[in-house]
Amino acid sequence: MSTAVMDKAEAEAKGPASHLITVTLRIRRYNSEVSDEPWWDDFQVDVDPKDRVLDVLHTIKWEHDGTLTFRRSCAHGICGSDAMRINGRNRLACKTLIKDIGPEKPISVEPIKGLAVLKDLVVDMEPFFQAYRDVMPFLVTTGNEPTRERLQSAEDRERFDDTTKCILCAACTSSCPVFWNDGQYFGPAAIVNAHRFIFDSRDEAGEQRLEILNDKDGVWRCRTVFNCTDACPRGIQVTKAIQEVKRALITRRF
Amino acid sequence: MATETTKPADEAAGAREFDVDNPAPVIEPPRTRTAKTPRATRTNFELYGWLFMRLSGIVLVVLVLGHLLIQLVLDGGVSKIGFAFVAGRWASPFWQTWDLLMLWLAMLHGANGLRTVINDYAERANTRFWLKTLLYAATVFTVLLGTLVIFTFDPNIR
Repeated sequence: MSTAVMDKAEAEAKGPASHLITVTLRIRRYNSEVSDEPWWDDFQVDVDPKDRVLDVLHTIKWEHDGTLTFRRSCAHGICGSDAMRINGRNRLACKTLIKDIGPEKPISVEPIKGLAVLKDLVVDMEPFFQAYRDVMPFLVTTGNEPTRERLQSAEDRERFDDTTKCILCAACTSSCPVFWNDGQYFGPAAIVNAHRFIFDSRDEAGEQRLEILNDKDGVWRCRTVFNCTDACPRGIQVTKAIQEVKRALITRRF
Repeated sequence: MATETTKPADEAAGAREFDVDNPAPVIEPPRTRTAKTPRATRTNFELYGWLFMRLSGIVLVVLVLGHLLIQLVLDGGVSKIGFAFVAGRWASPFWQTWDLLMLWLAMLHGANGLRTVINDYAERANTRFWLKTLLYAATVFTVLLGTLVIFTFDPNIR
């Protein structure tokens, strides 16, 4: 207790900015109105180690270079806008603290891979959302609509609980080497969202979704690389979900 | 504050190749879905392919390790292999079946694996088509030739 007070007093004695550290952000820039080649920009910024990468990007955009372009909306890890490749790994800029990613060395920030870069860190998400739409990510039922909620037991809900967490940030899909090589592959995110409905006891279009994912660009292209599970900022067991869809396809057939 | 490590090539020269009215073309990722992308096939080919890889893999572990053990380790090792040794083994239907099974499974297993690799890495449709044609031709040739030899092997050929 006393040491904590001492530390605080010491910190205050050193001046208001003493807790700040200088980090170098190495950002991969692209602007089609300047060049057809991307380039790297280094920015040196004084930041609190407990700041997030998104805060540093804001500092750069607001105070150093207003042309820096990136997506962000809620800034709290829910909207899924600011997935980017930070130090070579796909993360959400709003959930990554500077102190956790080695601020002694330059921190590299790139757009996510496998999608067309439009400007700086902004990519064209359309192929990603096309794959998402293809798996019919909505409840499909037959018969009359009930007059109250469609009830479900806790166990039935638990079956697909993990895959309900997806925020569609594309961190998984754009970390998948099969997707990098072949944009035709549905990608982990689409399969996760199909999984969410395939294993929902209230849904009745599981067969159709399985049929879609049984195609040549469906789940069979998964090589269980586990990049998607590592990349998921929501901690979804993505590869496990893909394997469960594979198992459902096989047990359906045999 | 910002220090540019590498400037865009044309900026320094003054005469820019690209500007607001004439932006650089967007670099498309490989094989974006377009109108020309083939439609869904609705077959179970990939499912059976995937299953085949797993099942044949398990069987091949036994077949290949057994084969290597017999050929290279047991009973004098590699030096014992000769025309007579092969003739002696293929006199028995058991070893004929063993070798036939190994030939077919290994060739199809390998071919399917290479098909996956080609699908992944060949970027142009033409390259993909010709690489796969070559692969299938080589596979069919090897499998048929091997099968022919196993069934028509004549120990008294001389």
